[in-house]
Amino acid sequence: MTATLQNLHGNHACAMGAIAAGCRFFAGYPITPSSEIAERMSRELPLVGGTFVQMEDEIASIAAILGASSGGIKSMTATSGPGFSLKQENIGLAAAAEIPCVIANVMRGGPSTGTPTRPAQGDIMQARWGSHGDRPVIALTPASVKEVYDQTIRAFNLSERYRTPVVLLFDQVISHLLEPIQLADSASLHLVERQWATGASADFAPYASTADGVPPMPRPGDGYRTHTTGLTHGEDGFPSQDPTIVTQATQRLLDKIENHRDDIEAYECHDTDDAEVLVVAYGISARAARAAVREARAKGIAAGLFRPITVWPFPEEALKTAAAKAKVILVPEMNAGQLCLEIERLCGGDVKVEGLNRIDGQAIDPAQITNRIKELAGK
Amino acid sequence: MNEMKTKAGGDFEIRDYLRLDLMPHFMCPGCGHGIALRALLWAVHELGIEKDNLAIVSGIGCSGRVGAYIDANTYHVTHGRPLAFATGLKLARPDLKVIVITGDGDCLAIGGNHLIHACRRNLDITCLMLNNEVYGMTGGQVSPTTAETRLTTTTPSGNSEPAFDACKLAEAAGAGLVGREVTMQTPALRTLIKAGLEFDGFSFLEVMSDCTEIYGRKNDLGESAEMIMAQKSDMRPEAYTTITDQPFRPNRLVTGILAQNDRPEYGATYRRQAAALRGENADGETS
Repeated sequence: MTATLQNLHGNHACAMGAIAAGCRFFAGYPITPSSEIAERMSRELPLVGGTFVQMEDEIASIAAILGASSGGIKSMTATSGPGFSLKQENIGLAAAAEIPCVIANVMRGGPSTGTPTRPAQGDIMQARWGSHGDRPVIALTPASVKEVYDQTIRAFNLSERYRTPVVLLFDQVISHLLEPIQLADSASLHLVERQWATGASADFAPYASTADGVPPMPRPGDGYRTHTTGLTHGEDGFPSQDPTIVTQATQRLLDKIENHRDDIEAYECHDTDDAEVLVVAYGISARAARAAVREARAKGIAAGLFRPITVWPFPEEALKTAAAKAKVILVPEMNAGQLCLEIERLCGGDVKVEGLNRIDGQAIDPAQITNRIKELAGK
Repeated sequence: MNEMKTKAGGDFEIRDYLRLDLMPHFMCPGCGHGIALRALLWAVHELGIEKDNLAIVSGIGCSGRVGAYIDANTYHVTHGRPLAFATGLKLARPDLKVIVITGDGDCLAIGGNHLIHACRRNLDITCLMLNNEVYGMTGGQVSPTTAETRLTTTTPSGNSEPAFDACKLAEAAGAGLVGREVTMQTPALRTLIKAGLEFDGFSFLEVMSDCTEIYGRKNDLGESAEMIMAQKSDMRPEAYTTITDQPFRPNRLVTGILAQNDRPEYGATYRRQAAALRGENADGETS
């Protein structure tokens, strides 16, 4: 198969990335601005032996993909803010029972029904804290159509590798942006397959503490006959309220992500080595920020851009390195200030951190960022 | 995918199908759920369904905890969502025998939307709804099937909402097979569950269970034996018979197979369509 160049919308790139990653089950519910992901999957999946189903609601969609993934099939759903809210309880089940799955959330304005056809970046904190309790989170924020494709593949890889739900966060602009992209040559793709339980079924412990914290998953039909539950469970999979077991089980979930930050974190640095004005931006806002930083540099301002691609877990050390010479950090976001809180937490003691926020359903203009960089640089 | 394996008959021994190391179970004395569990496992045995290929999906509540005792692939998911989870599992793995064990609250209240669409979709899943007419796990609150006038912890003056007739709902929504049985009539219950498991499509089976400890005690319905005998007489206790004009639930419990609707099973239909798109027949051979 040769690589082919084609024009794709972000939503279609997401669907094609999923197919390339080996996703063979999709359950969804119509919601603007993500519906084209479901539509494309409904056409693509039967061609590759997969299954598409439109479920009766958002909750059913995520419950169905957890069922399909439990059966051993790479699975995905897609939604937007209101649907993402509805899915949160089952995202918690996926984290607790360690069922791999990918959730694409094409962000739109909120709260509530909000501005369905306008872009926003309002679900950064929902992705981190939306489901109750302490749980690990992986969330990725692609900034272009090509990156939607690549990060969708990566989302499946991380999900399978760490047996955890992975959230893709992009927005209405990228979802409907048409850009030329080169789809991957299937032979060159690096795909991660889930580690399945093998060997003796007697006394098999489905949630054993393995060296890397990710236990092999038993597949139904393979003879293990294990129990899967959202109740906090011991290594045998059965519910427990023993304080020691509850602590160990919860801690292992957190550690399996925390201990693999090197593999999970992804980010880009542009002109950060000597940056005195550091811009931290993600998704579509990062593209405006990139242009703004370039223009500031042309005017002799020591500006730089730190762009997290993995937004959770946040690339903490990389940010601190990028901010080593910063006197001020500017965080443009299409919300009233969400990731800004995390940047303040990480760097706020040393440098001034300020937000540049739009909550009007419009993408941030590069000139807005350039102007503020100039003001902050005293020029 | 593997064909579902069958095994040679032999006498039914319930211990062969239980996770004995989890015993004693935590159901209350007198609870009818154990009778339903036994009848289900009898039917599984009778049909030669291999435990390795059996998937039990349950939600939250007393019914949700029953599945864990079965020595099979068991999934205890979120409240109200076992049918949605099972839909994904069955579509992804048509080789598995998928059974949902749910309750009146799990299935008809928080999960009601999934029930009607599972009926409509007609995927090959058997849904066993254990109806004890109350939220037992949370301490005895009113449920969608609590009879009018009944006392619960959230209806201190007696329930004033009519009870759901779940079978009528399932039939109207298009379920392939609909049936109801009471725990007292164990042979009939076994036969009904077996028919549901054999049916190629969505089967909805309501089992009238009894909650002696909480619901029975609150309403002076007597000990477990009395509650079950009230089912046996095919007549609900006094409060039911005094309500003659409520439209939702028959005074007399109608049991057996109540509706059968032989129409295409959803998964097979999808796979056939998909195979045609690929230029193959349903077995994956190029035509």
